[in-house]
Amino acid sequence: MATATAEPRSLPATEGDGHKHKKNALSDGQGRLAWILLAPTLIIIAVVAGIPVILSFWESLHQTNSGVDPTTGMIAGGDKFVGLQNFTDIFTGANPVTGSYGTMDRFWNAFLNTTFITIVCVLLETVIGVAMALIMAKAFRGRGIVRAGILVPWAIPTIVSALMWKLIFDSSGVMNRILGTQILWLADTGASFWAIVIADTWKTAPFIGLLTLAGLQTIPAEVYEAAKVDGATTWQQFVRITLPMVKPALVVAVLFRTLDTLRMFDLPYGMIGPGKYRVETLSVFAYQEAAQTRYGPAAAYAIILFIYVLLVAFLFVRILGAEVVGDADGKPKKKKKGDNEPAGPPATALEMAGGAH
Amino acid sequence: MTFVRPARRVLIAAASMSALFIAAACGGGGGAPSGGGSSAAAVDFSKQGDIEVWHGKDVSGNFAKQIKAFNDSHPNGKVTDHELPDNADQQRQQMIQNTQIKNPKMAVLSVDVVWTAEFAAKGYIEALPADQFPTTGFIPATVDSATYFNKLYAYPATSDGGLLYYRKDLLDKYGLKPPTSFDEMKAACDKIQAGEKDSKLGCFAGQYNKYEGLTVNFDEAVHGAGGVIVGDDGKPNVATPEATKGLQTLTDWFKDGHIPKAAITWQEEQGRQAFQKGQLIFHRNWGYVYNLASKNDGSSDIVGKFDVAPLPGITGPGVSSLGGHNYAIAKNAENKGTAVDFLKFISSKEQQKSSSLATSNSPVLEELYSDPDLTKKFPFMPTQLKSIQGAKPRPKAVEYGDVTLAIQDAAYGALQGQTQPDAALQALQAKLQTLIK
Repeated sequence: MATATAEPRSLPATEGDGHKHKKNALSDGQGRLAWILLAPTLIIIAVVAGIPVILSFWESLHQTNSGVDPTTGMIAGGDKFVGLQNFTDIFTGANPVTGSYGTMDRFWNAFLNTTFITIVCVLLETVIGVAMALIMAKAFRGRGIVRAGILVPWAIPTIVSALMWKLIFDSSGVMNRILGTQILWLADTGASFWAIVIADTWKTAPFIGLLTLAGLQTIPAEVYEAAKVDGATTWQQFVRITLPMVKPALVVAVLFRTLDTLRMFDLPYGMIGPGKYRVETLSVFAYQEAAQTRYGPAAAYAIILFIYVLLVAFLFVRILGAEVVGDADGKPKKKKKGDNEPAGPPATALEMAGGAH
Repeated sequence: MTFVRPARRVLIAAASMSALFIAAACGGGGGAPSGGGSSAAAVDFSKQGDIEVWHGKDVSGNFAKQIKAFNDSHPNGKVTDHELPDNADQQRQQMIQNTQIKNPKMAVLSVDVVWTAEFAAKGYIEALPADQFPTTGFIPATVDSATYFNKLYAYPATSDGGLLYYRKDLLDKYGLKPPTSFDEMKAACDKIQAGEKDSKLGCFAGQYNKYEGLTVNFDEAVHGAGGVIVGDDGKPNVATPEATKGLQTLTDWFKDGHIPKAAITWQEEQGRQAFQKGQLIFHRNWGYVYNLASKNDGSSDIVGKFDVAPLPGITGPGVSSLGGHNYAIAKNAENKGTAVDFLKFISSKEQQKSSSLATSNSPVLEELYSDPDLTKKFPFMPTQLKSIQGAKPRPKAVEYGDVTLAIQDAAYGALQGQTQPDAALQALQAKLQTLIK
């Protein structure tokens, strides 16, 4: 109804607008159209993401009744509202387990595992991914094959690679044959952590490589030529041109990987197995709780993970993203003046590099 | 520089979308209460009509044949085969989820013996009418495995017990008999290993990875040392010298190499492969191994060189943990009459025999263990009967998932040398007291 009555009014407004109030009329008409065009997407997001999130938050405020009737052995069943108890229970330490960081509540053990696995994996993936991108960006014979080869791991579904690495890390598997030792990678030891890191890095470093490669290809060749003329070494070119200019793409890649790794499930569950506290992540823990039909606590842990991921994403945008954005605004201009004014016109390359920095 | 602002928006959009999907993927599932407490006064066990049987993977293809035979003889209600994944946890979860959405088609469930208490207490399955389901002739342990609070909730279909597979050729060579205790087994190993001088020939292994198999093996060690997990009064009683002796023995065997170090990562299949490659003198496993280790297709190096014996004990006689599946009728099934007919059909003597012949699963009817066709094809059947008759169930608990994880936590830590067996069992006792009341 609203759209039907609104449209005829907006049309003359656009016409008259060409002469007088250009700005208002354009945005009016486009705004309405934008809403109409976006509606299907917004509805789908609300249905597949919004409503489930609200439902799972509601679920997280409940617990299933678990008392057994001593004469019939029956459980009354049904849910009861417990408020925030599922969230506060993580501080009571009622469920201690022993992992890599000593004995603590299973939730905090999973939280630490998730955090450390993410930090180590993303660091390694970034370093290796950037190296891969540099290789892929070079023009040499057989470049196509190298590019395809580097991308193969990324194309394999995670659960498949988990089972594949499970065979490799078997007590009599390839990894132990190569190393000539018998490390029990799959036995919930410190080695299990590194097994996860190796498998995850193998699979997802190419992702960072791919996004970084896209960033590398936007850097104009003249920049490097100018740097060479200025006598910059390869290392200086990498640090002062490549890295700063590839940073917007790299930050996005690293952020994606961080968010993805925080929810890691397939590798610990598929490769090492459930109930192994040295590699149990929050996703695995929440899943295991749901499998025990404790949907309330499971939903609570998922919500906490959700908030954790949001927080990390926010920090990324604030710390790394804000610096990038700061570029276009006032701040770096002062820097630019200080740094580059004396250098004068020939400093285009350094100016771009310094500007993005 | 135009790249800059879109990049920031992409960051924010990506962040919020990923976060949304995490929470969306993990949430939900609670559903309506299943109403387990309602008295079973007015359950209608007569309505006929089409039903579905939910069961694990039909590896041999024999189950499909059995369903066809049932449908041919049962015109007023057809059975459809609903095959679930191989993984027991996933089977259980699908059954629970379909109970919560009140799927009326899911009528007959193939229930693992350890799920009986949970499914019964939470009202996922119906208590069976006693007059229609006689249990005479069934091995008592199998009937017990389907019983909760003195009511039969499932009709026994297949059973399973642990067996000691041993290298008959090696034992004969050194003039040894199958061991009845761990001490005898150790002596036999030392003698054979000293004579063979084969560094790859290990002594003994069961299943010690952290999963249900560890619970099975831990229970057997404790029972074999005269201990219990849960006493006759239904209370946990695992912090005893006997139970400690059981766990201590396994721990010592790991330490001194009589159990290979790698066995801490083994499930049934890895152990079977090691045994088939001739890397173990003794091996604890289920009945299914017999068929596979006898296969003449090159997969087994020990065809004709092995035999089975009852499990050895630690201080007393060996005790197996009881395995197997029973058929139950789902709470929300629409046509329970057909389900009743199917349960009677599938547990009949003829069908048990046909199933055992095709799959080497152990039947639940005692008389079948002396059936000439079965014993001819599976010479280990008489040994298996002894194993099942003496088998002890794993703890019956509504929250069995928590109980088995607590047991695995205690056993796995001790076997890896991270905790002392007695301390591990004291922690386990404390935990079980909160789980089993």
